[in-house]
Amino acid sequence: MLLIALILVPTLTALAIVFAKNSKQVKVMAAAGMSIQLVQSLYLLYVFLAERASGNTEPVVFYQRFPWYNSLNISFDIGVDGISVAMIVLTAIVIFTGIFASWEVEDQYKEFFISLIVLATGVFGFFISLDLFVMFLFFELAVIPMYLLIGIWGSGKKEYSAMKLTLMLMAGSALLVVGILGIYFNSDSNGHHSFNILELAGQTFSMNMQRIFFPLTFIGFGVIGALFPFHTWSPDGHSSAPTAVSMLHAGVLMKLGGYGCLKVAIWLMPQAANELAWIFLILTSISVIYGALGVIAQTDLKYINAYSSVSHCGLVLFGLLMLNKTATTGAVIQMISHGLMTALFFALIGMLYSRTHTRIVHEMGGLMKVLPFLSVCYVLAGLASLGLPGLSGFVAEMTIFVGAFQHPDWFHRFITIVAVSSIVVTAVYILRVVGALLMGPVKNDDHTKFHPATWYEKLATVTLIAGIVIIGIAPLWLSDMIMDSLSAILD
Amino acid sequence: MTWSELLLMRHEWALIGLALVLIMLEIGISDEQKNRIHVVACLLMAAITLFGFWPAESGKIFGGMYITDPLRVLMKNILNAGVLIIFLQSSVWLGKAGMKNRMTEFYLLLVSSLIGVNYLISAGHFLMFYIGLELLTIPIAALAAYEQYQSKSAEAGIKLILSSAFSSAILLFGLSMLYGAIGNLYFTDFSLTDSLLTILGFIFFFSGLAFKISIVPFHLWTADVYEGSPTNVTSYLSVISKGSAVFVLVILLFTLFRTIQPVWQAVLYATAILTMTIGNLFAIRQQNLKRFLAFSSIAQAGFILLGVIHGGSLGMASVVYFVLVYVFSNLAAFGVVQAVEQATGKLNIDDYNGFYNTNPRLSLTMMLALFSLAGIPPLAGFFGKFFLFTAVAESGFYTLLLIAVLNTVIALYYYLLVVKAMFINKSELPVPVIASDGAMRISLLLAVTGILVLGFYSPVFDYINELCKTF
Repeated sequence: MLLIALILVPTLTALAIVFAKNSKQVKVMAAAGMSIQLVQSLYLLYVFLAERASGNTEPVVFYQRFPWYNSLNISFDIGVDGISVAMIVLTAIVIFTGIFASWEVEDQYKEFFISLIVLATGVFGFFISLDLFVMFLFFELAVIPMYLLIGIWGSGKKEYSAMKLTLMLMAGSALLVVGILGIYFNSDSNGHHSFNILELAGQTFSMNMQRIFFPLTFIGFGVIGALFPFHTWSPDGHSSAPTAVSMLHAGVLMKLGGYGCLKVAIWLMPQAANELAWIFLILTSISVIYGALGVIAQTDLKYINAYSSVSHCGLVLFGLLMLNKTATTGAVIQMISHGLMTALFFALIGMLYSRTHTRIVHEMGGLMKVLPFLSVCYVLAGLASLGLPGLSGFVAEMTIFVGAFQHPDWFHRFITIVAVSSIVVTAVYILRVVGALLMGPVKNDDHTKFHPATWYEKLATVTLIAGIVIIGIAPLWLSDMIMDSLSAILD
Repeated sequence: MTWSELLLMRHEWALIGLALVLIMLEIGISDEQKNRIHVVACLLMAAITLFGFWPAESGKIFGGMYITDPLRVLMKNILNAGVLIIFLQSSVWLGKAGMKNRMTEFYLLLVSSLIGVNYLISAGHFLMFYIGLELLTIPIAALAAYEQYQSKSAEAGIKLILSSAFSSAILLFGLSMLYGAIGNLYFTDFSLTDSLLTILGFIFFFSGLAFKISIVPFHLWTADVYEGSPTNVTSYLSVISKGSAVFVLVILLFTLFRTIQPVWQAVLYATAILTMTIGNLFAIRQQNLKRFLAFSSIAQAGFILLGVIHGGSLGMASVVYFVLVYVFSNLAAFGVVQAVEQATGKLNIDDYNGFYNTNPRLSLTMMLALFSLAGIPPLAGFFGKFFLFTAVAESGFYTLLLIAVLNTVIALYYYLLVVKAMFINKSELPVPVIASDGAMRISLLLAVTGILVLGFYSPVFDYINELCKTF
């Protein structure tokens, strides 16, 4: 019931907004709905941990099955494990803060908030579903509102970016169709084909089948996880999108890729994953390095963050492809950590932009003096991004690299060293931007007249920072929760 | 012939009754009160559509010339519902001065064509089949030229009649070969063997039918005729005429031509790829919405072939289900085009710039229709496409599947171009606020309800699947 409520609350919120009368009502409704969503996600986390503490070691808890298309054995299967619970809480935090970060949207506000919440509904549905068909349905539902959100409320070359993003992600999901249908027709549970992940996980597919459908599924999800060379939608899309959409997209939607790669491609077709991992490892380490080096050439704050997202999301796939528990745990923590800090970055960039009306780094300077609160937040986000101990980024990257080094052969060692070197590049670009943006003299006299951070801006940033700090200081419960669920997937 | 045997043919009787009522009304009603004919036609059509869902039995009459069973009845019902929506959408157009006194002609011709559709689906003998096909086509040619003072409309009429006469000739040529090989035209004892003559006969026969479905390379008439015909006639051509030809193709391939399945699978494999790809690529360049929808409907025909290739009950079910969804999605799109055309005469995609600001409901309808055609969840089109893909995957044609899914991305691109025009582009001179017409509203409401509900309501597909299993 709790899981169904996770889809119902956003749906009802979106419906309620249709009947709102003015922009204030719309925002209050959206905020109320997403607050409920945040509370029930945290409650889900609580009951999930309680369930595990009471000795329930089922791979998936709160499992429910509602028959849907009987003729094709499609049913609405829902249930969560530690990874999905973690992703649900992340999504709830990001959409909650996203609503407050878009508090100043006045242009077609109704449509904006409805599209945003429909997008979030798709994401929540994706994380709770255990049926490949339903999962795919929610996946596409999460992608399509993005076109309107970027196309209508975006900035810059928004129409180009929106179209590019939508078509590339849809091409990814086109490959997924082939992938999941291939899995479906090669499966056999009691004489029927099955879309149910739990039933599929119990089967061994032939090697020939896996060799065809593992790459299709992995690339299909990899496109949205910014796998090189299919990452090119990301910088354009993120830089053109309005603030809340960048937050949600970089913070949560890109994680659908990593989550899907783990839960579908790797879980269901482990032998092919073992055999073909090296190809994708090379691609992901290119993502990691290329993204990091790409940042250095950028001067637009959003492009900077978009390229660094490519690099960080590359690390997620990198960790997953190591195919051991430690690295995979690190990858999942990296998803959450990157989700929180990139959402924080995009929120802050939006807040700065609404004041300075520029996103070019060298047109700003000395913001620490005029906007101390937002600047301190920016520094914190930067430090988390470069992996300072005590913040979430360190925990995630450390775990990934420790896991990666558990492979004794030279190929894994070499590729890990290549990926680790991205940390140095990250430190360079983060510190350069922080220095140019926040330190030094105030470059523009108009910048001294800024109004300080408002309550809704503070609420959004503080919530995100709280998440980053909690994971950074007390990561053990989270890694235990993830590790528990992994034993079903990786063994 | 007993009473119960006659009742087997009740869909046709009802339509013939409707045609007679319309003739009598035309004679008895004065010119000022012609509007009432529209109301009567819509109400009776609605009654016939509902009445069609009365549980049906299987049976044969006229010595096997006429066959009916629950699946055929369902096909007729789907097409009846489509015609009902078209009737509702034609109210503004037919109510215009100069059209009013010819209103009955429109309904009468459309109903005759629909009777042809019904006989076509129920045919049990190739003679019946051919009569149905001609009865389906000839009234539409008259309808395409309905706006006789517009050169484009007259051109569309002559193009349609010439190309369909040509395609009928090819079809008959194929039939004569098949007759030569078998010596019989009854469907019941039609046992084909795998000889060169039958294969040649099949190819000619298929080409004739492919004209109706506008499968590449037999699609060349489509865009011109769709553009020139009055919009309601275009929607009839693209939904009912095409849908009925698809239905009859499925029925024939799965029964009569079952013995040469490898042959028609190869033919369909090639034509499906061509149809999807060429339809999609040409649609990208279109500015006129009617031409745009023409090419999009060619591409959709390519997708339909995916289900036909499967050759089993799942394939048949996915085709029937897809046509059902396609009826609602395409008619919603044509309804909006019709509403805008009648209010302003505008037909280009550019004219729709800023449409959302002035007509939010119509543009939301259009968006839902296009997204459903593109196959975006949670709309019905998504389920329709997915089941077609499932059918292809089950038959193991994964390469074809890959080509098809990549085609959906191209299709999404051009559907998004229209969405972009309506929602994102700004315009100095947007389409003014359109005063809505009651009948049009009902028709769009019906279509949108279909788009929204059909996917979620799984018993529809399960029911179709059951029918196809027992077919």
